[in-house]
Amino acid sequence: MAYFLQQLINGVTLGSMFGLIAIGYTMVYGIIGMVNFAHGDIFMIGGFVAIIAFMALGILGVTWVPMALLCILIIAMAFTALHGWAVERVAYRPLRGSNRLAPLISAIGMSIFLQNYVQLLQGARNKALPPVISGGVQIMETDGFTVQFGYMQMVIVGITIALMAAFTLLIARTSLGRQQRACEQDMKMAWLLGVDVDRTIAMTFVMGAALAAVAGLVWLMYYGVIDFFVGFLAGIKAFTAAVLGGIGSLPGAMLGGILIGLIDTFWAGYFSNEYRDVATFAVLVLVLIFRPNGLLGKPEIEKV
Amino acid sequence: MTAPAAAAPALIQVAPRASLAYMVKDALATGAIALALAIPLVGFRTVDRGATTILETRFTQMFVGVAVIAIGRFVFSLIDAGRARAVLVAALALSIAWPVAAALGAGQEGWRPLAWMTWLLAGSVVLRAAYVAYGDRAALRGDVAPGERLGATVQRLSMYFGPLLFLFAIAMPLLPMADQRWVDLGILVLTYIMLGWGLNVVVGLAGLLDLGYVAFYAVGAYSYAIIAKTFGLNFWEALPIAGALAASFGVLLGFPVLRLRGDYLAIVTLGFGEIVRVVLLNWDELSNGPKGIGGIPRPSFFGMPFTPAPPEGTMSFHQWFSSTFWEIGFSPIQRATYLYYIILILALATNLFTLRIRKLPISRAWEALREDEIACRALGINPTNTKLTAFAIGAMFGGFAGSFFATRQGFISPESFNFIESAIILAIVVLGGMGSQIGVVIASIVLIGGPEWFRDLESYRMLAFGGLMVMIMIWRPQGLLAFREPTIRLKPLPPKSP
Repeated sequence: MAYFLQQLINGVTLGSMFGLIAIGYTMVYGIIGMVNFAHGDIFMIGGFVAIIAFMALGILGVTWVPMALLCILIIAMAFTALHGWAVERVAYRPLRGSNRLAPLISAIGMSIFLQNYVQLLQGARNKALPPVISGGVQIMETDGFTVQFGYMQMVIVGITIALMAAFTLLIARTSLGRQQRACEQDMKMAWLLGVDVDRTIAMTFVMGAALAAVAGLVWLMYYGVIDFFVGFLAGIKAFTAAVLGGIGSLPGAMLGGILIGLIDTFWAGYFSNEYRDVATFAVLVLVLIFRPNGLLGKPEIEKV
Repeated sequence: MTAPAAAAPALIQVAPRASLAYMVKDALATGAIALALAIPLVGFRTVDRGATTILETRFTQMFVGVAVIAIGRFVFSLIDAGRARAVLVAALALSIAWPVAAALGAGQEGWRPLAWMTWLLAGSVVLRAAYVAYGDRAALRGDVAPGERLGATVQRLSMYFGPLLFLFAIAMPLLPMADQRWVDLGILVLTYIMLGWGLNVVVGLAGLLDLGYVAFYAVGAYSYAIIAKTFGLNFWEALPIAGALAASFGVLLGFPVLRLRGDYLAIVTLGFGEIVRVVLLNWDELSNGPKGIGGIPRPSFFGMPFTPAPPEGTMSFHQWFSSTFWEIGFSPIQRATYLYYIILILALATNLFTLRIRKLPISRAWEALREDEIACRALGINPTNTKLTAFAIGAMFGGFAGSFFATRQGFISPESFNFIESAIILAIVVLGGMGSQIGVVIASIVLIGGPEWFRDLESYRMLAFGGLMVMIMIWRPQGLLAFREPTIRLKPLPPKSP
């Protein structure tokens, strides 16, 4: 029971991070109908910007943790969002309206490019960060096993909830959100009605990248290490989360993220740690066979 | 959800503004964006010092790089504004002055990427300026786009060039300059050519993006290794089994996913490639885990091994050759040459298969599906089965190539089958021109042979592959050297006799 509870807490923490990444996949897919393979690498860049910001702030002497965290959050979101914008501008915008395969290949090329770009600039080895927030609350203790809800885990879950709330408001209430929903439903019609489609799509990438940056930051703080290849697996898992929740659906991405986090953690905790990636992948294939629209997705009708 | 971006809202074309002030402003804006992008990742560098990580700065390189980008942007807009010839003259003049300046910085470690970037930019500026200054008129004369003409020219040349290349490939190991290094490089390039041709069936003909092709390569390699070691079958006996196994993996994987949209296939194959590696790493009983499988039987020439001293009662190749033809001693290059011809035959078989199947209805159906799935369905083509065939055939060739890899290396481990390999094979197909057989050959020679010779480029190789994939998709989505002749052409009406 105690073990179960601990796995549950770990799983929800991991799932929050997947959910933050998955939103980027699901929003981009919703609007322009493509899988942004480079999104996992945008997440990785977020982590790298965060670790560099951490050290730069350490040199500058900002040591009060909440203040430093806020600064790093803003820095990481801003720079990573700029990367997301640049990726869209360079690799996807010129391809709007071409066939299906071209943006996919462009995206995978971008992903390879970003991985090697960071590897060349920052080196191939793990980058380690000393723990910033440690400790936690002990929830229960049974025969030698302590269930701990770490402060870091609280921060992660808290940030995720806050961001999700802000994000839902943004989509539902602001004019940008309205424009995004309009583009999602009918891009041509939205354009005819005066929506700046290019700008809306660019903003979608910016928002997705900013959320991925948050995921990168908390990932870095939670695990303490980051390397240039981390976006690959995390990207696949987050994409699986988006598909599981129903691609194109925002609450679905969050739900899928939590579920994938739980599956991943429980599989590793109860069955085998070596095959935890296989479990996620099996979920992806099973969802695609039995429920390709995901849990909360709308059925997709292909129009000629 | 809508059918995305079917009609891109790029209806309004902004007229190019040629004023100098606009160009300067544009270049400055580009420089500002580049600077903002460069500050965190280029400006700072994380360095491991023992257990801790420290931060170093390299602002000088960053500013120089950003300046190069801004100047490049300015020069490009100058070219587009009709000052191509002036730019060309200036660039050539600079290229004489440049080596002096470059010699100051290029020697130092941290400056080398910047030096490469500058060379690349300078090269593309010259190309673009030359093209705009002297190429445009030619493009105006012909009714085809210049890129299309390049593809057509290559296609036409390949009529003559192809057989020459073929003869060269056959004669290569027998040429006097062919030493061990040449033959090994030939084997490597041919392996990638074969993989490229195999993947070309999937990506080029059927239009299915397979990001985990290396998984089938791995299945083929491990199948051969296990079959040959457990049952004692020789290479040619084990080859069909390995191919069949790889193909059935292709069917197993493709069946659930091929019903769905192409993007799902891409990400599932990406995951599958990783899963195969993870399983091979962890399933010790089957694959011996990360230690890999060693002692894989090397191929023998009709039962005659390539060893200096064969076991009692058998004859090794050089002994047989000496007794039949003329006296030769043992040399490891004999085995390499034999392997070279094996992979040459396998690759040519792949090519022949593809060339022939393109004339069959099944391949027509692949190409039709690639262009318009809904229309195909309306015409009564079963999309899932048709795609599945392409996927299985591609997987089979991957399996063949994997078997060859295993027998050539004599040792395989999961580390040989990572995502980078898939990416390289995909880059070969994409950059060579999807669906173009000769394009794959040229791309393999350039992309595989090139870095083998210029080791300095090795670390930039994947960076360049990724960047090139993006650029090719933007400029020529059908591939650099692709040129599609219509497969069927209606015969012109016979002239009416009076």
